[in-house]
Amino acid sequence: MAKTLKINGVSRTVAAPPDTPLLWVLRDELGLTGTKYGCGIAQCGACTVHIDGKATRSCQTPIGALNDANITTIEGLGGTHPLQAAWVKHDVPQCGYCQSGQIMSAAALLAGTPRPSEADIDGAMHGNICRCGAYQRIKAAILDAAAAPTATGA
Amino acid sequence: MNLPLKPLRGPRLSRRELIIASTVTAGGALLVGCSPAQMLGLGTPHMDFGPFGPFVRIEPNGDVTVVSKHIEFGQGNHAGLAAIVAEELDADWSRVKVVQSPANVNVYANSGQGVQGTGGSSAINNSWDQLRKAGAAARAMFVGAAAAKWNVPAAEISVKDGVVSHGSGKSATFADLLADAGKIAPPATPTLKDPKSFNLIGTDRVRRKDSLAKATGAARFTQDVQMPKMLTAMVAHAPRFGGVVKSFDATDAKAVAGVVDVFKIPTGVAVVANSTFAARQGRDALKVQWDDAKAEKRGSDAILASYKALASGQAQPTGDAKWQSFASRGAAPTSGRVVEATFDFPYLAHAPMEPMNCVAEIGGGKNKLTFGSQIPTVDQMNTAFIVGALPGSVEIETLFAGGSFGRRANFKSDYAAECVHIAKHVGGGRPVKLVWTREDDMTGGYYRPLTHHAVKVTLDADGFPAHWRHRIVTQSIMKGSPVKPSGVDPTAIEGTEDSPYLKATPAVDGQVALMDAGVPVLWWRSVGATHSAFVMEHMIDQLAHAAGKDPVEYRRALYRKAGANRHLAVLNLAMEKAGPSPLAGWTRGVAVHACFGSVVAQIAEVKLEGGEPRVGRVVTAIDCGVAISPDQIAAQMEGGTCYGLSAALFGKVTMTDGVVDQKNFDGYRVLRMNEAPKVETYILPSAAHPSGVGEPGTPVIGPAVANALLAMTGKPTRSLPLVS
Repeated sequence: MAKTLKINGVSRTVAAPPDTPLLWVLRDELGLTGTKYGCGIAQCGACTVHIDGKATRSCQTPIGALNDANITTIEGLGGTHPLQAAWVKHDVPQCGYCQSGQIMSAAALLAGTPRPSEADIDGAMHGNICRCGAYQRIKAAILDAAAAPTATGA
Repeated sequence: MNLPLKPLRGPRLSRRELIIASTVTAGGALLVGCSPAQMLGLGTPHMDFGPFGPFVRIEPNGDVTVVSKHIEFGQGNHAGLAAIVAEELDADWSRVKVVQSPANVNVYANSGQGVQGTGGSSAINNSWDQLRKAGAAARAMFVGAAAAKWNVPAAEISVKDGVVSHGSGKSATFADLLADAGKIAPPATPTLKDPKSFNLIGTDRVRRKDSLAKATGAARFTQDVQMPKMLTAMVAHAPRFGGVVKSFDATDAKAVAGVVDVFKIPTGVAVVANSTFAARQGRDALKVQWDDAKAEKRGSDAILASYKALASGQAQPTGDAKWQSFASRGAAPTSGRVVEATFDFPYLAHAPMEPMNCVAEIGGGKNKLTFGSQIPTVDQMNTAFIVGALPGSVEIETLFAGGSFGRRANFKSDYAAECVHIAKHVGGGRPVKLVWTREDDMTGGYYRPLTHHAVKVTLDADGFPAHWRHRIVTQSIMKGSPVKPSGVDPTAIEGTEDSPYLKATPAVDGQVALMDAGVPVLWWRSVGATHSAFVMEHMIDQLAHAAGKDPVEYRRALYRKAGANRHLAVLNLAMEKAGPSPLAGWTRGVAVHACFGSVVAQIAEVKLEGGEPRVGRVVTAIDCGVAISPDQIAAQMEGGTCYGLSAALFGKVTMTDGVVDQKNFDGYRVLRMNEAPKVETYILPSAAHPSGVGEPGTPVIGPAVANALLAMTGKPTRSLPLVS
């Protein structure tokens, strides 16, 4: 039953059955609680992680479907990503619950599109709900991080 | 008009009401000789707060810790509360941090509400004097310590950024003086700064303290609590409000690996498991037969139809319901142009990003909750009632909550009480985390009440209201709570009853009917203003159009008549900042509303895109008294506008035969980034006592958009949401 997952550059062996969504394995079994549960049906984006660099909803990703994939969570950004600095600079978070997912979606965007337009940002981010309505600051922070000389994406 | 600060919303308990509430909880014998505050505090353990009192700690290295009695779930109040202390203490802002207080009504009660709780946009407002004094007292203690140590007059000592100094060149840090300062008696009435000398409050240096934790996933929410031996619970709830368990078959649920137990609780059937996913699978496998004999089986359409029939006079209230007057003076004129309009507002779910949840440890000498408690005193009382303890003995550790918007301020402590029941059954103090899924949260009730307004205004010869007839049919939020207002439920009429437009009208006739429905309702960010602001502000534009007047000039004239100077000031500020005209292709709509002591004006620029309203620039002006954190006030205007716009455009909860139709975000559409406006915020300079900012930014955008659509299409809005 045990399965090995490559998470934030480290191989982790987990006991959960293969139909268990990655979200619950990250949170309940591995204690990586930065990734949040918001809807369970890939509608809100709070559970967004990177799977081989692609922004993916972990609530709809059973671990059985993951083989040698490289999984990156908010913890894997290390706190030093230009987006995280921009988030602090703009005081983006309000309640903060959706922000891990917002940052993971934004990081995937910047990795592929280092200088995104506002339309690019809307396209990449409209799957991430923020009920506090921090959208304006999220967008400003992404544009700011994209303009920073060190921004190369995740 | 000098708008008086309204009574703070939330659990504002009168003395008599407190006795009622406490009788239920603690048993009559305990009440003899107790004041209401003592009753609420029964069992509260003694807490040693250190020399600087319950709100301020100075760490050995000189860092300042401010203890917030208010929960932080987005409003930015932790930053504002800390800044009040830091200003009077002259602390180094970069070395100030904020921690959450424990539950203790004896020291952490909301000064305006009598219980410990956060609501009614009151955190800054009720803490202003308290925390200024706390900061100033601590400062005086450091000054006193330095004066004694250096043998100089205290009046010659200054403090800046945590450094105490004297003109002779002597200086010392808070850390240097900590031991001596702690021995000085705090002054009973410390000298407060002249606001003109504030150097932190009102500046852009007052920023959030939690942004990094929230940008790295490190911030701890209830959802994230993990403890040794902790169990995770989910509950199968009745599909209809008021339904109860008839019987259940747990065979399949118990067969799910990881499921530990399945049992009945008052609100349904609990499935307790070793992991969240196992609890979910167990609940999916559970078979429950429900008894709907006492359930609300009407659809929301039928409920609305009954409200409309009352307002139009086609039906009369029955049972407990009756028409109650909230405004009555003068008589209707016999002639004059009449403008009539009706407005329908649906049930709304709060839908915060973190669905409701709670961790409870009950038994084995422990009664502890760990969660985003919005009214700890009430949560203590409800827990005490379930477990048979004194309310103050229930320990609550309040965490960040992933939003609330009113949902967590529940007189029944609904989801927390559910968790307590489960943890009590599990027993032994073993931690149980109750997790509501998004579906539980969305279908779980406690919505903004379905509401109908019918308005009929007769204009005078100049086109201004001569008579205003207003009927509101809604459901009382306060009924059934421990707080029973003696008059009309204020949450149903606020924003209408105190409107400057009614004040400017010679003859008025306002009545409200509070109807019973089996659907649980609750305050939803800005409460009564969620509908009253829309009705009053959209009605005013319809009247201005009928009178052939410019809506802004029409408002200005009415504000002058009513003496509503603050309304006039924010409208003028917004108009000035908006400039003469919108960009080509956009149409402007204006709205102004006062709630929670603040007044907000917005000018929204709107166009139609693919048949849906699209909101671009929104110019916002607010008068909220002293602005402590201009940046966080702007954040609340931005966020409040999105929250209000989401509801105005898309928000609705409906029921078919009593079953909620919207289960998740696929059915309950909310505003997304590509639909979000660009909000500009301008703060009216003020020296008045600070008032609310968390809610006042929410109710104004809806009518501003409807007014833009009216200007664009000539068609008034009769029901929300705008996008069906």
